[in-house]
Amino acid sequence: MSEKHEASGDQTTGHVWDDDLADLTNEPPKWWMLGLTASALFVVIYWLYYPSIPFATTGDFFKGIGGWTAIKEMEADVGEVEAVRGKFEARLRGMTPAAILADSELTEYVTRSGKVLFGDNCAACHGQNGIGTHDKEGLFAPILNDDDWLYGGKIDDIHASIEGGRQGMMMAHKDMLSAAEIDALANAVAKGQPTSTPLFAEKGCTACHGEDGKGNQAMGSANLADKIWRFEVRNDKLSDAENMKRLVEGSKRTITYGVNSGDPQGRAAAMPSFKEAGKLSDTEMKKLAVYVYKFGGGQPDAPAAAADTKTDK
Amino acid sequence: MSKETEHKEAGSVTGIYQELEHWNVNTGDKTIHAKRMPGFFRTVKNYTQALYLLFFLVPYLRWNGKQAILFDITHNQFHFFNLTVLPQDIWMLSLLLLLLAMVLFAVTSVASRVWCGYFCFQTAWTDWFTWIEDKIEGNPQARRKLDAAPWSAEKIWKKSLKHFIWMIISLLTGISFSIWFVDAYDYWNKLVHFQLPLVGWVTLATIFFGTYILAALLREQVCMWMCPYARIQGVMTDSQTILPAYDYTRGEPRGKLRRGSEVVAQKGDCVDCFQCVQVCPTGVDIRDGQQLGCITCGLCLDACDSIMDKVGKPRGLIRYTSLDELEGKPARKMYQHPRTWVYIGIILIAFGGIVYGLTHLGSVVLKVIPERQPLYVYLSDGSIQNKYELKILNKTDSDIRVGVTAEGGVRDQVIIGAEKPLLARHGRSTSFTIFVRAPGQNIKMEVTPIEFRIQSIDDPLIGAEYKTKFNGPSVDLGRRIISGMGNAK
Repeated sequence: MSEKHEASGDQTTGHVWDDDLADLTNEPPKWWMLGLTASALFVVIYWLYYPSIPFATTGDFFKGIGGWTAIKEMEADVGEVEAVRGKFEARLRGMTPAAILADSELTEYVTRSGKVLFGDNCAACHGQNGIGTHDKEGLFAPILNDDDWLYGGKIDDIHASIEGGRQGMMMAHKDMLSAAEIDALANAVAKGQPTSTPLFAEKGCTACHGEDGKGNQAMGSANLADKIWRFEVRNDKLSDAENMKRLVEGSKRTITYGVNSGDPQGRAAAMPSFKEAGKLSDTEMKKLAVYVYKFGGGQPDAPAAAADTKTDK
Repeated sequence: MSKETEHKEAGSVTGIYQELEHWNVNTGDKTIHAKRMPGFFRTVKNYTQALYLLFFLVPYLRWNGKQAILFDITHNQFHFFNLTVLPQDIWMLSLLLLLLAMVLFAVTSVASRVWCGYFCFQTAWTDWFTWIEDKIEGNPQARRKLDAAPWSAEKIWKKSLKHFIWMIISLLTGISFSIWFVDAYDYWNKLVHFQLPLVGWVTLATIFFGTYILAALLREQVCMWMCPYARIQGVMTDSQTILPAYDYTRGEPRGKLRRGSEVVAQKGDCVDCFQCVQVCPTGVDIRDGQQLGCITCGLCLDACDSIMDKVGKPRGLIRYTSLDELEGKPARKMYQHPRTWVYIGIILIAFGGIVYGLTHLGSVVLKVIPERQPLYVYLSDGSIQNKYELKILNKTDSDIRVGVTAEGGVRDQVIIGAEKPLLARHGRSTSFTIFVRAPGQNIKMEVTPIEFRIQSIDDPLIGAEYKTKFNGPSVDLGRRIISGMGNAK
């Protein structure tokens, strides 16, 4: 097999082509052989360590001496996350929402980690970051990052809303008021000046919405004297006249058919009780309360600095 | 075509194989056993390689109770005596790397592979390892003899001892590498109790095996076959670069020195003693001219000079010289070497950048991220609220309390959430959520520039600013809507 190359005298494999071309039989470099050996060893070790034989006989298969599974790896990763969160979660368990809010470190933890919780359970109706969702009839669920709260914006109010859910209620007035009366009231409400028409007191609106039209958080009646509307939201792309028209129409509809009144054209405004649903743990509901509070609209329990008080409440 | 011409043409192709004999190609099949000779460049090399003692010793240096130089990967910090550099300032590291690369380029263009010959860790470790080999197994002849000899008790003992010492050095190398990144004393403590984390063991094993395989087993083959720098550095030299070269005009025709030789006059100065090849750590023959395997360590200069002294000829048959000089071309001046000046220019720019960076590290850095969903919120009194995330990076050693103010923005705006000073934790970035609320009728633009400023309560010198935006409804529509809707309340 082996021959000497005619010119160089080096050993060849004996295969000569194109007259005088041949393969020399020089040894590969040492580093190359070392690399090749190391690769071969690696293949064997890898093969044995991981489940590598793609056959399963009688339901059993070669699991590898390392015992690696994708599930175990995932569980280890989850364990890593839990280890970081665990110490916070343990503290949260025994605390009231207000106490959590008072602890800046825990509040920070909740606002950082609550995004998924909120996204999974709340954002479907309230929108990502609480910006509200809309259907063709207007605002479907309230915006959570403004300072207007139907049932109160204190931390315990928010927590109570999540735990117990909320059912809006307003009767349909289509049989009690004339079209002209409804029109007058709707225009006053749309302007944010419900008391500008005497009808507001005469027709008993004050019973729920208060004499000044600022609503009653105990029963969830809306504040009609501010610039936030429950079922309508300003569209910055429209002119003010168009916006006003939408507000008037919306208010008319709410007054005529009511909220959760049983009337097929009435407004629907219901939030489920998350405690009854059993889907969330107590800690999770507390976290959500703090998370929602920190959107920017939460109202402190004690009278705070001037900058923090809501002047129109 | 006649048979004769065909053969001639084929012969001209096969002629390249004739050159094989002259290629002193190190194919890695033989171990290079280089002779060690004293001399000027040997001494220089010993000193430059001794700089690597710093690599072994510096991590034990303490400063203010902490490790003086520590690349603290776990905490993302770099400590250099009093200086702490956080990841945010890591751009200086890239400038440092640029600087080092350019120094390498500049030095190479002036004096060829100085790095390879005198400073490279591969060269240094290989040199130490072969020194140990020399001490245990004897000189190159003895070593070759021992390699060829059958296994005996003496051979086993010598080989084992050699490999054992090599492994000790490799282990020390691995440990010394590791303790640049974690506390040195803590590391030793964990090491002797076998309590290193997995990453620690992996690092140690990698460097241990890396050192042992590269410096003990592969040696010059790393330079010849594996090292990319060797090739890059080779192309950065030109005919002006000074490098160890054989003066062929003076040396050729070479010939063996014979007692009472009758044809001395015909011969050049080279006595063909092969000492230059004998001492070469990469096993090349410098007389074949500039080549990839030459790491320009200068050991052949020492060897040749010692022979020239013995045969009574002037030194410098092999010497540091440029190819231009060897060919008798006039040597150009330094300023006629523009490439070097480009390198030096880049070095100066990089150096300036690092100096600027180190003197402008700052104590705090402020970043403000406006909320994007929603951009702004209508409040019940008709005002507009923006939400911002303040990130305060505190690079000092202590927590600081800062007040937040804003310039620009909307008239009568109020900052909410920073009524009390914010506590910025030291050595890291702390986030705060603040709100800016502005009366709707005062908003004149859809996007109003606003600049936040934080100011330490305790130290007036510590502060930082950040320019960002206050978002509102679109200019004309938004304003009309706000004024049109219930402004008369």
